Amino acid sequence: MKKVKLFLSKLPLSTKVAGGFIISIIIVSVFAEWLAPFPYDRQDTLNSLASPGYPYWMGTDRLGRDLLSRIIYGARISLFVGVFTTVAALIIGVIYGTISGYVGGRVDSVMMRLVDVIFSLPDLLLIILITVLMGRGLMGIFIALTLVSWVTTARLVRGETLKLKESQFVEASRALGARHLRIMFREILPNLWGILIVTLSFRIPVAILSESTLSFVGLGIAPPYSSWGTLTNEGWLAVKFYPHLIVFPSLAIFITILSFNTLGDGLRDILDPKGKTD
Amino acid sequence: MIRFAIKRTLQGIPVLIAVSLITFFVMRAAPGGPFDKDKKLPPEILANIEAKYHLDEPLWAQYLNYVGGVLKGDLGPSYKYIGRDVSDIILETFPVSFVLGVCALLVIIGIGIPAGVLSAYRANSFVDTWVIIFATAGISFPSFVLGSMLVLVFSHHLHWLPPALWESPRHVILPALALGAGYAGYIARLTRSTFLEVLSADYIRTARAKGLNDFQVLYKHALKNAISPILSVMGPIAAGVVTGSFIIEFIFSIPGMGSFFITAVSNRDYPLIMGVTLVYSVLIVIANIAVDMAYAWLDPRVNV
Repeated sequence: MKKVKLFLSKLPLSTKVAGGFIISIIIVSVFAEWLAPFPYDRQDTLNSLASPGYPYWMGTDRLGRDLLSRIIYGARISLFVGVFTTVAALIIGVIYGTISGYVGGRVDSVMMRLVDVIFSLPDLLLIILITVLMGRGLMGIFIALTLVSWVTTARLVRGETLKLKESQFVEASRALGARHLRIMFREILPNLWGILIVTLSFRIPVAILSESTLSFVGLGIAPPYSSWGTLTNEGWLAVKFYPHLIVFPSLAIFITILSFNTLGDGLRDILDPKGKTD
Repeated sequence: MIRFAIKRTLQGIPVLIAVSLITFFVMRAAPGGPFDKDKKLPPEILANIEAKYHLDEPLWAQYLNYVGGVLKGDLGPSYKYIGRDVSDIILETFPVSFVLGVCALLVIIGIGIPAGVLSAYRANSFVDTWVIIFATAGISFPSFVLGSMLVLVFSHHLHWLPPALWESPRHVILPALALGAGYAGYIARLTRSTFLEVLSADYIRTARAKGLNDFQVLYKHALKNAISPILSVMGPIAAGVVTGSFIIEFIFSIPGMGSFFITAVSNRDYPLIMGVTLVYSVLIVIANIAVDMAYAWLDPRVNV
């Protein structure tokens, strides 16, 4: 506990504000049922396309649905996609990278060749193709983003593992008779926590960005779900006369990504001073 | 140097083969076909159409057929735009996308590097703070959000610039900004941090001691040594500009390759999807080779 306190005290103010904001949107999206002023699908047809004001703080859309409530529910989908694809990609990347770096030799070069190929493919195009294959919707996006983004982590982890496996504490562990699996996951992995946490906070916004971009051009999340990306898509159709429909979802995306990036910057300065992560 | 270029070009071939294989088989495995309509076609007619486009042959034969065509410069007919070849569509739309991409790169380099240099030169000043704030904001703005906000402000409210289409140089400004601003922010931050390191080096002190002015110190002595890390990210950035362009083309209704890609995916227009994906991949491979060569040219220590 004391360690956590000391760690928090070292963070700059901007990082704390960003972290606080992220925690609060997570809380809002989890408790959307209680916190949203209206159900996301309630139609008030007499007040369709209302401008921001009372009782609709962010106005309403074409069907008279409250935009604020839809943004709150949309946070659920956007954050879900961002966090879970990143975590899944991180797990795959860590296992793959650790094995590749630790085993080394031929296995390493074959495994890394695969990473190189995936890395050099145009990722947005690949994501679109996989989403089309899996069918539009949450699952398709999830699988597509995970398949494309694990390679970044795999490369990073492999590089670190290559260095760490030559270090003295690994040698000591080996001399004590530790098995390979133990060395990989009990000796090497704990040394990677710092860069992994930083990677997480830099990769989540990338995933949120990819999902919202796809949804914006109509190739992403499909009804009945709606994310911030689909909301901006609907807003774009009415940009000229009802700008509130695009301004608020855009702000939600922008502030969230900004918060994750700021958090990542602050964490990197402390956890990864040499700046291996990006 | 020429051997290096040839070697890197040869290394690009497996990537292109991988792209073509993945695109081809993923497209065919996806549900739905190019001739699915709301009203179902009679089976005989469908069979005729499929025979015409060789869609009744086994998949591997179709793939080999396609690759054979590509090697001869034939990208096949478009299924949706009847009577037009994919090569024609690409030849027509590629220059548009290319101009957009080059203008975005100009934004990235022309704004990103000077902003970063200025920021490092006046470190911890008022200017520095604002450059960092703008750069961080730029990185966090998805291009489609920035694009739509630019349209909202500069077209619909101020009426300064056209909101869409591709007719005059004025039509290029907003799309190029939307596509480039994020990367410009990234480059500005990177330039700032590498310059901060370089500026504390001994040879900079020597250059100043010789009495050179700030401009000469910054752009002649410091930039040469700080350019490598900036160059190393230009490859991925060029790739990002290339694939990011279709979002921007979608927003601004620009008749480039990217806007065709989106409709081609929805229509399952297989040859058009393949064609556009391959052109994108070739561009990315070329950009990476160019960056590597520039790298070797600027830094003699890099082994070619």
